[in-house]
Amino acid sequence: MLNPDLVGRTFTSADSVTVTKEAIQKFAEVIGESNFEVAPPTFAISITLEKSQALLQDSGLDWTRVVHGDQKFELKRPIVAGDVFHCSSTIESARNVAGNEIVSVRSDLNSGSELVVSTWSTLVVRA
Amino acid sequence: MTTLEIGQELAPKTFIINRKLLIAYASASGDQNPIHQDETFAKSVGLPDVIAHGMLTMALAGKYLSEISGSQNVIDFSAKFIKPVVVPADVDVALIVSGKVTEVVNGTAKIELLAMCNEIKVLGVAKGLVKL
Repeated sequence: MLNPDLVGRTFTSADSVTVTKEAIQKFAEVIGESNFEVAPPTFAISITLEKSQALLQDSGLDWTRVVHGDQKFELKRPIVAGDVFHCSSTIESARNVAGNEIVSVRSDLNSGSELVVSTWSTLVVRA
Repeated sequence: MTTLEIGQELAPKTFIINRKLLIAYASASGDQNPIHQDETFAKSVGLPDVIAHGMLTMALAGKYLSEISGSQNVIDFSAKFIKPVVVPADVDVALIVSGKVTEVVNGTAKIELLAMCNEIKVLGVAKGLVKL
């Protein structure tokens, strides 16, 4: 059960993630993309998934029971190799529907003061 | 510069999803959840078989958008995961993605996407906004 006091709170990772050309290429190749100059549109998830799980590991959310309900990306600009990001995750809402917890998490990737990508994930914690 | 018009239907593209691709996506994305790789584990949690990462399906739909506008011009992309893509061993599952232009305004186009596997819609309200 998610700690309800955490709704609206933002957690920011202390350590940064540097995007490498190799990481972009590896992700791109899986989906048949041959342009490695910019990251594919959903590449941010490879950073935000792990970071948000780490940031919210003490939230009471049972990650082993989480099903991904939906996902949204807003890209201010494409991610490129050399980007150094800090990830901030916010639990925007949490509600209970038929015993399942439905939690909405926003994660932002910031390069210095520049917001580059915002992601929203709806997580369904199965009862 | 891409020319897109409201109502335009975009040609479908077929992507092949198999166990090998799931392993490659797990490695590239860092999502090593065993439901996407381990049949015994997947069945133990009530799934019919190994299922694809919803985010892999979405990444492939994203590739469809990139082919229209270039990856650098995709500015907004969202989808609901409404049905799992079941990936049995040694089977190539076809994901068929198609699109329709629903809005063209201020140098951007909104594209509604349809993603089908075995005639089942796997992504809901999938849409992208691209710069033209």
